[in-house]
Amino acid sequence: MAEIEIKGVGKTFRAFTALHSIDLTINDQEFVVLLGASGCGKTTLLRIIAGLEVPTTGEVWIGGRRVDRLPPRARGISMVFQNYAVFPHLTVFENIAFGLRMQRLPKPEVVRRVTRTAELMHIEQLLKRYSGQLSGGQRQRVAVARALAMEPDVILMDEPLSNLDALLRLEMRAELKGVLAASKTTTIYVTHDQVEAMSLADRIAVMHGGDIVQADRPVEVYRNPAAHFVGSFIGNPPMNFLPARALGEGRWQVAGHDFVGPRSAAPQIEFAIRPEDLHPAEHGLVAEVRVVEPLGPHTLVTATVAGVMLRAVLESTLVVAPGDHLSLAPVADRIRWFDPETQKAIT
Amino acid sequence: MSKTTVHHAGNRLFLAAVVLACVWVLVPIYLLLINALSAPAEVTGFPKWFWPSFDLASIRFFLGFKGVTAALWSSVQVAVLTMVMAIGTGAPAGYALARFDFPGKQVFRFLVVMTRAFPLPLLALPLAVLFIRVGLDDTVLGLALVHTTLALPFAVLITYSLFSGIPYELEEAALTLGCNRVQAFFKVVMPLAAPGIAASAVFAFVVSWNEVFAAAVLTIEHRTLTAFLLQSLDVSPLPLKFAGGAALVVPALVFIFAVRKYLFAMWGIANR
Repeated sequence: MAEIEIKGVGKTFRAFTALHSIDLTINDQEFVVLLGASGCGKTTLLRIIAGLEVPTTGEVWIGGRRVDRLPPRARGISMVFQNYAVFPHLTVFENIAFGLRMQRLPKPEVVRRVTRTAELMHIEQLLKRYSGQLSGGQRQRVAVARALAMEPDVILMDEPLSNLDALLRLEMRAELKGVLAASKTTTIYVTHDQVEAMSLADRIAVMHGGDIVQADRPVEVYRNPAAHFVGSFIGNPPMNFLPARALGEGRWQVAGHDFVGPRSAAPQIEFAIRPEDLHPAEHGLVAEVRVVEPLGPHTLVTATVAGVMLRAVLESTLVVAPGDHLSLAPVADRIRWFDPETQKAIT
Repeated sequence: MSKTTVHHAGNRLFLAAVVLACVWVLVPIYLLLINALSAPAEVTGFPKWFWPSFDLASIRFFLGFKGVTAALWSSVQVAVLTMVMAIGTGAPAGYALARFDFPGKQVFRFLVVMTRAFPLPLLALPLAVLFIRVGLDDTVLGLALVHTTLALPFAVLITYSLFSGIPYELEEAALTLGCNRVQAFFKVVMPLAAPGIAASAVFAFVVSWNEVFAAAVLTIEHRTLTAFLLQSLDVSPLPLKFAGGAALVVPALVFIFAVRKYLFAMWGIANR
């Protein structure tokens, strides 16, 4: 049970700056997902919180205690690694008991906790096995059980599901969410998978180029991206962006149509709309259809509007073929605007 | 010629090369063993049998020969000491190479191998002078020190490849589960590396066991078996030579055979 405060944390590896100055407060029992493409610094940040990496600048506080110079064992954390890191020379029981034995807990307590977490992760029948005799999914369960058995203040997870196959990942995702919510620990979870992030997180911190671009509730991050990057990274297919030319008085011209937008002095800004917020209408953006992909529940249409590529998620009943012209109207209150200079949202 | 006949010819050539290589190694060992296990009269007699008579007279004669048991004991002492020193210093170096990035790492690796570039005769004389000055001449420790320098590059390289093969994540997991660095090493890395470390220890033992030049130059009273046999080569009878040869070769062969997969690992050939 602990709040985590990250104050101005930066990390430089020789000439490469992995993290600029990260500020993030994570509430007690909150589930925060660090989301970003590979190389954005999310794993580095997690490792700094774990104590496996020393920050170049800044401070890390866990439960009101400054921990950034403490070794991992003194931080009240436990971690689940991407490759599970299940000790191959120990049985599943010994793996889960490892941390408890290091704490010199009395034997009955060790047995009690191992049994309980093993049951929680549905691996009680595997306790005598070695990791070589386990499947990837089972190893994953052992790694999570080992972390939970420590009853830590904070659980850190580094892409724990990325090595599982798609079906298993879906199953484990739901299970993890339930188990972690019940354990009442603060959780920081690193992933590059936006669906995983959306489905698990209380709050998503989107990272890009060593900075946190936006940290907010999943729906907020999806609906109101704070930056161009967030809109283009989250959502499948991602947000559409079209150039908008200033007409003055807060009016903007997008592909020959006038829209009411922000009052900005810039001569040109970006108009943005999610693919599912475009609907066929009489007066809309004229789009020339390039590719039609029927996906079952809906049809994904790739088209060009004034030479710019755009995607729309449309009703699957719509009959459309490449070469057709569609008139697509954006839902007015879903339109977002971005400054091409700063890449930030304009409101 | 069709493709298949070329293929067959290639196969046959390969097979011939393999047989030749095996014969090259095995025939001398075979002859050595036959003669060591035959009675002295048979060793010097003619014609020869290709099956030993399992007469232990040669071996007994060898073991009873003046100075042999002392030399054997010296050999064991030097080899064990070499093993301990080579692993004691080589394994930490191998671990450092596998786990840490430090300035001069490449140069260090190069220098480790470079120690084998100097011919031992070149070093032996100055070493002998130095050892006499500091009082290490003709001692088990002095010779073990020289053997350690010979065995150390292998110890470093084998343990380096060994530690590289153990994921660092395992150590990190141990750190997050309450270990400090030393505990993480002894509770997680050591159990996983132990068989390989034992193998490289055995290899260091064999390097020392087989070494003859430094042993001959640096010892007088405390000769090792190799130095002793070299010294008495021209004055000893044939059965003694064969028995002595077998006594030298057999332990080395058995040890190397036992640890072969780890030695392959040193050269980066797939193992495990």
